Amino acid sequence: MNTKAANTGSGPTQSGRPARLSLADWMPKIVMAPTVIVTLVCIYGYMIWTAVLSFTGSRMLPSYNFVGFDQYERLFNNDRWMVALSNLGIFGGLFIAICLFLGVTLAIFLDQKIRAEGAIRTIYLYPMAISFIVTGTAWKWLLNPTNGLEKMMIDFGFENFKFDWLINPDMVIYCLVIAAVWQASGFVMALFLAGLRGVDGDLIKAAHLDGASTFTTYRRIILPSLKPVFFSALVVLSHIAIKSFDLVAALTNGGPGYASDLPANFMYTYTFTRSQIGLGSASAMVMLGCVLAILVPYLYSELRGKRHE
Amino acid sequence: MSNKAVGRKTSGLDKALRVALYTVLIVVAAFYLMPFIVMLLTSLKDVEEIRTGTLLSLPASLNFDSWSKAWSSACTGGSCGGISPYFMNSFQIVLPAVAISTLVGALNGYVISLWKFRGSDFFFAAMLVGCFIPFQVILLPMAQTLGWLGIANTTSGLVFVHVVYGIAFTTLFFRNFYQSIPGELVKAARLDGAGFFTIFYRIILPVSTPIIVVTVIWQFTQIWNDFLFGVAFSGFDTQPVTVALNNLVNTSFGGKEYNVDMAAAIIAALPTLAVYVFAGKYFVRGLTAGAVKG
Repeated sequence: MNTKAANTGSGPTQSGRPARLSLADWMPKIVMAPTVIVTLVCIYGYMIWTAVLSFTGSRMLPSYNFVGFDQYERLFNNDRWMVALSNLGIFGGLFIAICLFLGVTLAIFLDQKIRAEGAIRTIYLYPMAISFIVTGTAWKWLLNPTNGLEKMMIDFGFENFKFDWLINPDMVIYCLVIAAVWQASGFVMALFLAGLRGVDGDLIKAAHLDGASTFTTYRRIILPSLKPVFFSALVVLSHIAIKSFDLVAALTNGGPGYASDLPANFMYTYTFTRSQIGLGSASAMVMLGCVLAILVPYLYSELRGKRHE
Repeated sequence: MSNKAVGRKTSGLDKALRVALYTVLIVVAAFYLMPFIVMLLTSLKDVEEIRTGTLLSLPASLNFDSWSKAWSSACTGGSCGGISPYFMNSFQIVLPAVAISTLVGALNGYVISLWKFRGSDFFFAAMLVGCFIPFQVILLPMAQTLGWLGIANTTSGLVFVHVVYGIAFTTLFFRNFYQSIPGELVKAARLDGAGFFTIFYRIILPVSTPIIVVTVIWQFTQIWNDFLFGVAFSGFDTQPVTVALNNLVNTSFGGKEYNVDMAAAIIAALPTLAVYVFAGKYFVRGLTAGAVKG
């Protein structure tokens, strides 16, 4: 970077800059200032604020009578929270696994010089442009037992076809998985397809010359080189899973009962409609903990990777 | 057609594989398309047809009654004016929020990549965390702040919130784009006496069109599709369309009108779908921008 600059420009600037501290030297900082303030206050400040609230007995309004870890204790003794948390485990695990599998598979299939690839890709990806509320509304209609898929299959002649997951407390969580996979798997496909297109073509040619089959080439050479894409997809998907709120609101509204609640919905309900601000804050902090547990190792490996370059 | 010797050896298996491949791809495409087709079909039927037919049965005639009802007279919780007022609210929120967050992101990216100062890189890293925090952590403090600022339950309040939590993304986009601009360019311009804004306006902006398009599309989609901030920070008549749609679908006065629900859902999805259809390339680029790096 400084090879050329050293010859042409750096002489005058380096000796000249400290002398004249012009407005131009301050401009970058002035321009960044609002963002710095907003980030410090509205991200870090609010995080601390919520953390503080989670240690208070706040109910309808924030109050600052500290109660130690009481809210966290209440939280983990709350059946609804435990259901929400285990739902997140089931939902997140399946959602991520299925999206990754579908995404990789479809990307590889589409990478076989497919005719009309553009059109197919467009179809696979369009759900990502839609709001989760619309997705939820559509799937609520498809999955409802009285008029939806169940009735269609019965009318087609499958008399005993039963598909009532939406109103079955044990199965409703899988409805969320179906709708979420429908929405996000195309995105994972796009990520991997972009990755596949970036793989060095010579490497693949060399493998073919050595007699490797297409399958082996993918398994041994191409897919391993996509590890970074894999991790990015993993982070983005787990992030979507932990933040999932709108899909539940639109598809099941947490029901039947609270069988399909996720932590984000728990937090909203307790903070805004049940006037349990302290408890809601504690649940938000646990969600933050989940995100950090995924994010910190990822960022760490990213940054370390950069240094080595 | 090509090489006969090679062709004979592989063609049988290859052909079968190709057919299987296309079959799978088409079946999967049907899976992705089906919900939208069902929505469209349902929105064109009347209540009787819905009750007697199946999801995929065709409507007897093209009947747009439920569309006009969804637009102008369906009941969404409190009022019965359809979703059109909320559709307009969404535009009132989205347009300023997209414009402001894109402009701020461009300036931030410009500073972070070409006017580095002590701590700017550290700050950028700290800011990136803003892309990832679950917003539940900031909901309540933000609700209080909006109250103090006197913009609780207003569209201005929502614009403010979307700008605040959008600039981390927009800054990231512009920063990554401007990283490839050589620093010597700025240095040379400075020696010629050009100032901070002159360089931005004359040199940087003219080459920024692609990233501006990507950022605008990304922000438009994100903010239009937002539900969490909309439901937490809006008042009865300032709700964005996603919140109104959810209220409409979950309103249980009288019989359930699925055709109206579906029409409303399609209307709510149209702006972002249109963006996707007309500018899909840039939409995908935005989606993959953060995730796939060289």
